[in-house]
Amino acid sequence: MENIKLHYDVDSNDFSCAGEASGKIKKALKDLGFDASLIRNVAIAVYEGEINMVIHAEGGVIDAEISPEKVTVVLKDKGPGIPDIEQAMTEGFSTAPENVRALGFGAGMGLPNIKKYSDTMHIDTEIGVGTTITLTFNF
Amino acid sequence: MLTVKDLQQKGNMKVLCPDVLPDREITGCYCGDLLSWVMSRASEGDAWLTVMGNINAVGVAVLADCACIVLTENAAFDDNALQRAKENGVAVLQTEKNSFETAVLVSELLKG
Ligand SMILES: Nc1ncnc2c1ncn2[C@@H]1O[C@H](COP(=O)(O)OP(=O)(O)O)[C@@H](O)[C@H]1O
Ligand SMILES: [Mg+2]
Repeated sequence: MENIKLHYDVDSNDFSCAGEASGKIKKALKDLGFDASLIRNVAIAVYEGEINMVIHAEGGVIDAEISPEKVTVVLKDKGPGIPDIEQAMTEGFSTAPENVRALGFGAGMGLPNIKKYSDTMHIDTEIGVGTTITLTFNF
Repeated sequence: MLTVKDLQQKGNMKVLCPDVLPDREITGCYCGDLLSWVMSRASEGDAWLTVMGNINAVGVAVLADCACIVLTENAAFDDNALQRAKENGVAVLQTEKNSFETAVLVSELLKG
């Protein structure tokens, strides 16, 4: 099988589109016949990353590559960056504003969920430049 | 076996979507309104009880593979959400009971 590459743009402040990329990646993996629990892990992690881009980073881009051994997902934004990664990774820590919390987001579980559901997670972030999160999911 | 249709009928719930309820089996139940929390903790096949009736709730139900969404205390379901639920084939029920009362009902029905 040749590697399959998928690309999605995530719009800023558009909550109604959030979930589109993760939904499409989920569908692609399903069509390829992957194991349901792997699909769920990828979908949850990508969804959290997508939502973070909308809430915290004015949108971004998502690239996924499906190879015979693993799925690699790169979430890239040009947002404000994350000042303290360790703090951001703590369950319950959130800087989400009140209007976002009213929608059910901002539980501070996004980054911990991404870590929980991926096999490797690498965060590359620079203040004022942006954040790139690279994830892999092994089969 | 408890299906979405059984729950709707026995709980006297309103069907918001779709017109014909699926015979999908309900295997468990989860209550919660914080989406990230629900997404990581709810199990496939759960009836998800919530008051969060927005488009993102539909996204979470799809990703977590919930059997249905049950909007408790007659929580509103907005038009965007309805549209998305239709597109994704998510069953959405609505009840005047609160989440506790509804969870008790689901529990009793699951015991058979
Ligand atoms: N892409 C991002 N750009 C800038 N900051 C981010 C980004 N993702 C997460 N953060 C920061 O990390 C915190 C924790 O993120 P997360 O665990 O997803 O919780 P939540 O999104 O519910 O606030 C956020 O509140 C925010 O301060
Ligand atoms: Mg988040």
